[in-house]
Amino acid sequence: METEQSARTVQPIALEPPKTGFRVPVNCRRSAEAILMPVGAVMLALALFGAFCAAQGANPFAVFASINRAAFGSWYSFQNTLIRAAPLMLAALCTAMPARLGYVVIGNEGALVVGGLGATAIGLAVAAWPPLMVLTAMAFAGMICGGLWITVVGALKHYRGVNETISSLLMNYIAIALLNHLVNGPMKDPSSLNKPSSYPIADENMLQSIPGTIVHWGLVYGVVACLIVWFLMEHTTFGFKAKMIGGNIRAARIAGLSVGSVGLITCFIGGAGAGLAGMVEVAAVHGRANESLNASYGYSSILVAFVARQHGLAMILVAMLLGGILASGGILQRNFHLPDATILVFQGLVFLVILFSDSLYGKFGIFQEKKA
Amino acid sequence: MKFPLRSTLIAVAAGLAGLAMTTHLRAADAKVVAGFIYVGPKDDYGYNQAHSEGKVGVSKLAWVKSVEEASVPETTAVQETMRNMINLDGATMLFPTSFGYFDPHILKVAKQYPKVQFFHCGGMYTEGKHPANVGSYFGYIDEAEYLSGIVAAYASKSGKLGFIAAKPIPQVLRNINSFTLGARSVKPAVTVQVIFTGDWSIPVKEAESATSLIDQGVDVLTCHVDSPKVIIETAERRGIYVCGYHANGEKLATKGYLTGAEWDWTKVYSDYATWVKEGKSLSAGTIPHLIRGGLKEGFVKLSPYGPAVSEEARKDAEAAKAKFMDGSMVIYKGPIKDNSGKVVIPEGIEMKQQDINLEKMDWLVEGVKGSSKS
Repeated sequence: METEQSARTVQPIALEPPKTGFRVPVNCRRSAEAILMPVGAVMLALALFGAFCAAQGANPFAVFASINRAAFGSWYSFQNTLIRAAPLMLAALCTAMPARLGYVVIGNEGALVVGGLGATAIGLAVAAWPPLMVLTAMAFAGMICGGLWITVVGALKHYRGVNETISSLLMNYIAIALLNHLVNGPMKDPSSLNKPSSYPIADENMLQSIPGTIVHWGLVYGVVACLIVWFLMEHTTFGFKAKMIGGNIRAARIAGLSVGSVGLITCFIGGAGAGLAGMVEVAAVHGRANESLNASYGYSSILVAFVARQHGLAMILVAMLLGGILASGGILQRNFHLPDATILVFQGLVFLVILFSDSLYGKFGIFQEKKA
Repeated sequence: MKFPLRSTLIAVAAGLAGLAMTTHLRAADAKVVAGFIYVGPKDDYGYNQAHSEGKVGVSKLAWVKSVEEASVPETTAVQETMRNMINLDGATMLFPTSFGYFDPHILKVAKQYPKVQFFHCGGMYTEGKHPANVGSYFGYIDEAEYLSGIVAAYASKSGKLGFIAAKPIPQVLRNINSFTLGARSVKPAVTVQVIFTGDWSIPVKEAESATSLIDQGVDVLTCHVDSPKVIIETAERRGIYVCGYHANGEKLATKGYLTGAEWDWTKVYSDYATWVKEGKSLSAGTIPHLIRGGLKEGFVKLSPYGPAVSEEARKDAEAAKAKFMDGSMVIYKGPIKDNSGKVVIPEGIEMKQQDINLEKMDWLVEGVKGSSKS
């Protein structure tokens, strides 16, 4: 009786979105809210950061002008921004994808590290293949390792009810320990005495720069991955299923969705993004696996996913924005003699304000549709 | 840097203090522009502070203009910083100080800018393999560790010393061994318990290791991690003695700070700057590609002795120091056994500081409790 009743009440809600809520003509007040809220939040963060700079004795407007010049002002500086944005785009998927299920996964760093490890192992194992095939094998290895890593988080959540935020955070430490163990043991190049590292990937098997630039091909991987994810999540039934699970898991179950497999696949895709970021770091930058892989891209990318509100296209832009902010950290130290943590203060302010603004959606009357 | 939000708070506090320290020199005519890059905050009471003090030292030369950037990770970020210092600030000599900056970052940028000279701390340059405009320098800091060991052995009542180390790599093992040999040269029964934390900067684990060593009866601590701050503070709070590392930590432990092994980069940096001003270069071979030195050459020094150091300890440490200064001291003189009883340096063999075998060290000397296997 009880279940019958809830089935009766829940079912219409579950089935409603395909007819009306999903892919309906764009609702302009809501879109205005979706654009203006993050923009407003970033403006507020800028104002707070300006006050911080002023307190440090630097002219905030000169600081903003410098940030702009160092991040976007010239082709040279824009390339620096793009180089920094590439791993962020990929790693952000690790938070963005599971977020559709209502999971807050912050295991980006761990997935990136195991992805890098997997890519290195395969890259060394098939070193004799033609370079293009080596890189393809490395990319798949990175994606599979990173994907499986986050699938574990999803499975723990789905089958055992383990909090995904805590488990993914703790798995970061396991991944880093695994990295340290492997580069000190089974994968160690004996000639890497004081910085234990794996054997190097041969130069010809490395990911090259995009012709005419100093930006490596990892940027293209990042943009393509974000586009694919955007299409998958916004324009396919799979994406809709994931959203529905995130919206109301009981309703999704009752509607007959395979909650488990959709959830695990979504986690896998997210982890695969971060794993690919690890592959790019190895194949384009370091040329080997060692402790430098663990460079906090994973944590910055959580910010990217949140600021973009898990939207694939927005993530490309936000990653470039954050890449630019990070790229301008140096000029603040060298030209304004601000402390090295200044840029982290800025990043932290943006993160906090954006998170806070999340609680304000639907609170401003001007953005709400008038009741019919 | 593990989690931005947490490290933000620490780094803000650190950065504020750092700002106060920074000196700006403005003068006319052509200057030698030197860029300094650190992997962590420049007031960490450790590795980065030691380099930053060297930078402040060389900046006292009126014809040197220096720029610096702290907390630059070992990623493409450091390549970007190097390029910016060259292109925007006109740097002609760079000191990217973190060990991990060398391969691939310095090697890559050095190839792109053959006229700029890159000086890397760590001694990794290999003739023929690496670009000609790259040089490296390093100090035999284990000489200062040996002296610290002597002082530590005298201060200990329990005969148990503790050593908190980051990773079991040759450089670190050599410091542990030299510290132990120094301690046992004056008190042969002393033991040194080692804990490896596994990472260069992991303050929580360093504090836990310090606490557990003290609970086991250790009454003098020392370490080899990037920032010894938390270890020195923990030792002071628990009322035991401590020897510092990298930079002077006496302010952190006014009662228990005995002494410490410190870098002294001012002389090295001033020498490099002078050579560059005189028009010498690495590529032309007029600046040596590898520079190393110990106490005698002024690359390393000992912190001033703290109030707890006895007259006897001072006398023995100074006597050993005098032997380092006249070149007659050899730390690794056979017979030396490792801590499993195996003879690693046979009777009659002397391994001087330059000995290549010391750079491949993978054993812990007799008297150390712990394992060099990770």
